[in-house]
Amino acid sequence: METLLSPIAALIGRCEELIADLDLGSVRAWRAAHPGKPVIGYLPIYAPRELVHAVGGLSVGIVGAGEELEIVRGDACFQSYICHLPRSVVELGLSGKLDALDGMIFPSTCDVIRNLSGIWSLSFPTKWVRYLDLPQNFDHSLGGAFYRQLLDGMLHELCDLAKLPYERADLRGAIRAFNANRRALRELYALRAKEPWRAPTSEVYVLLRAGLLLPADEHTKLVERYLELARARDARPLDNARVALRGAFCEQPPIELVKTLERAGCYVVDDDFLPMLRWPDTDVDESGDPLDALVAAWLDTPLEAPSRYTRRNEDKGVTLIDAARAAKAEGVIFAAPSFCDPALLDRPMLLGALDRAGISHTSFKYAENTGQMQPIREQAGTFADSIKLWGEA
Amino acid sequence: MTNSVVKEPSMLLQKDMISGHYSKLARAEETGHKVAYTFVPGNLTELMLAFDVLPVHPEINALQNGMRKLSGEYIAEAERAGHSEDVCTYVKCDIGMSLKGNIGPTGEKMPPPNLLLLSYTGCFTFMKWFELLRERYGCATTMLHVPYQAEGHITKEARDYVVKQLRDVTIPALERATGKRYDEDRLKEYLARSAKAEDDLVWVLESAKHTPSPIDAYFGGVYYIGPLFTAFRGTASAVEYYRALRDEVRSRIENREGPLTPEGQMRDQRFRLVVEGPPNWTHFREFWKMFYDEGAVVVASSYTKVGGLYDRGFRHDPDRPLESLAEYCLGCYTNLNLPSRVQLLVDYVNEYQADGFLVNSVKSCDSFSSGQLVMLREIEKRTGLAGAFIETDLVDPRYFSAANVKNRLESYFQMLSQKRATATAS
Ligand code: SF4
Ligand code: SF4
Repeated sequence: METLLSPIAALIGRCEELIADLDLGSVRAWRAAHPGKPVIGYLPIYAPRELVHAVGGLSVGIVGAGEELEIVRGDACFQSYICHLPRSVVELGLSGKLDALDGMIFPSTCDVIRNLSGIWSLSFPTKWVRYLDLPQNFDHSLGGAFYRQLLDGMLHELCDLAKLPYERADLRGAIRAFNANRRALRELYALRAKEPWRAPTSEVYVLLRAGLLLPADEHTKLVERYLELARARDARPLDNARVALRGAFCEQPPIELVKTLERAGCYVVDDDFLPMLRWPDTDVDESGDPLDALVAAWLDTPLEAPSRYTRRNEDKGVTLIDAARAAKAEGVIFAAPSFCDPALLDRPMLLGALDRAGISHTSFKYAENTGQMQPIREQAGTFADSIKLWGEA
Repeated sequence: MTNSVVKEPSMLLQKDMISGHYSKLARAEETGHKVAYTFVPGNLTELMLAFDVLPVHPEINALQNGMRKLSGEYIAEAERAGHSEDVCTYVKCDIGMSLKGNIGPTGEKMPPPNLLLLSYTGCFTFMKWFELLRERYGCATTMLHVPYQAEGHITKEARDYVVKQLRDVTIPALERATGKRYDEDRLKEYLARSAKAEDDLVWVLESAKHTPSPIDAYFGGVYYIGPLFTAFRGTASAVEYYRALRDEVRSRIENREGPLTPEGQMRDQRFRLVVEGPPNWTHFREFWKMFYDEGAVVVASSYTKVGGLYDRGFRHDPDRPLESLAEYCLGCYTNLNLPSRVQLLVDYVNEYQADGFLVNSVKSCDSFSSGQLVMLREIEKRTGLAGAFIETDLVDPRYFSAANVKNRLESYFQMLSQKRATATAS
């Protein structure tokens, strides 16, 4: 066990501080050091951050405010039966905590985020606001052609914001930077799947979340350093159940929830946290036309998410099952935000696919400000025990 | 509440159209008609008719089941089968109906789909809904992705994208499902008839600018939009229906009469309202009576625009068949961005000289409901009128609290009366 002063604890501690700073101190510092460069926020689940990087800007992932922020103005904007994420995002915005952002990208994840884009335009009329209509038609000549025009338009607008001639935007350089970042994250996930005691999810998760705030290169270095330290760490495996976690792709669970799963005897060896940082799961082409490469990154990724259309019944749940098997997960915990229609409508289909594949599962709901962990601990503990008993039987 | 429900003659006409459609559906397998399940917002009725396909609209089944008090049991059935209590109740009502034998609202069995025609306008739940139905029926599915009007207008890129999909994906899917060739001339004939009926619908909706209003543009309005928003747009019977409706409304204007409500003719119109959001279907008559009792008539509503903003000038156009279908899909109300929705409602308040406006926020529908509190404040700011906000649901009877809704409405109308009294006094 490391002391607080161990390098790994210090590194994770730094990530925790970054995340806990709802005033985005690191982003403000970056902005001060890069005058005139646009700082652009983006919401889940996927946005081509390369566009922002290409004009010398910083992209910042906004996923809500967790359990720390008192929500007043946000609650006045959303009825009780709407998930928690938009209310904390509005709270952050209206309380000035997102002032460092010059604009926001709202991807077409769900009706809530879609309508939030309108709330943003009404609330911040002078800021740049883009709704990113990710195509649900994955044919290059149809959805691809539409998406390419959209990305090209966004890149033009970002160049205007950065006061940079369009020809000077370095999209290929940006693709390289994010490919490197995603490669590092794939390594991180691979290490955790293989030896979760060296890279527990409570650490992987905060490391990942730091990627929402840091420039790509800086985050890559951080992940690489962590990998180095984690591989060398003196840690032994526990008799835990190996589980894959699904449903947490948008509104994020409190970090305490991840720790609770671990305390309940689970090694989370795969998850769908923050797809925006990890999609696509192969390198984006660095040689051809960079806009075409970004188009292909969205169209051709085999990854599934509740806000992406699954074209055939037989494809439903396939990437979950493949990922669970590849990570040697013995069961799946389906944890979805309350009132999240995409996740909860998808759930019966995914659970059906898991049943057919003979993979056990359990489900619960959370909100980013869930404080009461006891029921989750009990449920996860029972699930872990049953997996272990079953495994031994 | 009296037991005998007063109905407008056009309602009876529509009832016959609907029951005729349901019995055609019940006999579809025997008559060899192909059936496509599809959705109301952004529907491609004329194109389906051009292939002799019979449309089924799951949301219409759900709302009809709501009105017939069947939805509670269907929703419970879907929840027992593992569907979350948190999600859209239209989906659960539909799935529950299917799990219980797929008996439609008229008591006849619904045919299974030959094709799921997923045109995806203004709501992401549609996509999941059809993934769920596809799993259930295992039939061919075709998806038409309709982009959102994020910039407040239809862009050329979005229109071209939809037209290309219609040409390269939707039409070939209909050809495969029916074994028929696409016949653009047939499509044009249907589109020409649509435009005629659309003219008459607009005339009817705009009649609410009269005082007293001859129509109720929300509770009555949902009947008026029925044929055009569902299986009948483009048919001769829709043209006939809208002509009859127009004549009926004209005669009420001439006689300075109000709309017919289930409780009888509405004579004393004390308040003119604009309403945002869908109605509640499980307690539809009770809900309407709360307005009737207070002398509140709805003069414009956004719900009557979910299947197209004809009153803002859109018409299906036989000279631009696929382009106009694309513009239609792109232009439905819930596909408008929030600032456009706000502006539309503000314009309605002004154009229809409303005394107030009301938001009925339904638990089921993120597409409608998310952002409505912000809309309420923005409309208040721009019109200088105070709005009312109530919460119900579409078809889940557990979320209609009559006492709460009534209280809210009564205090709102009281507030409007006091304001009026103060204004008169000064
Ligand atoms: S948590 Fe779910 S419903 Fe809420 S914004 Fe995210 S995807 Fe949409
Ligand atoms: S969420 Fe709203 S628009 Fe979508 S299917 Fe449900 S009721 Fe209809």
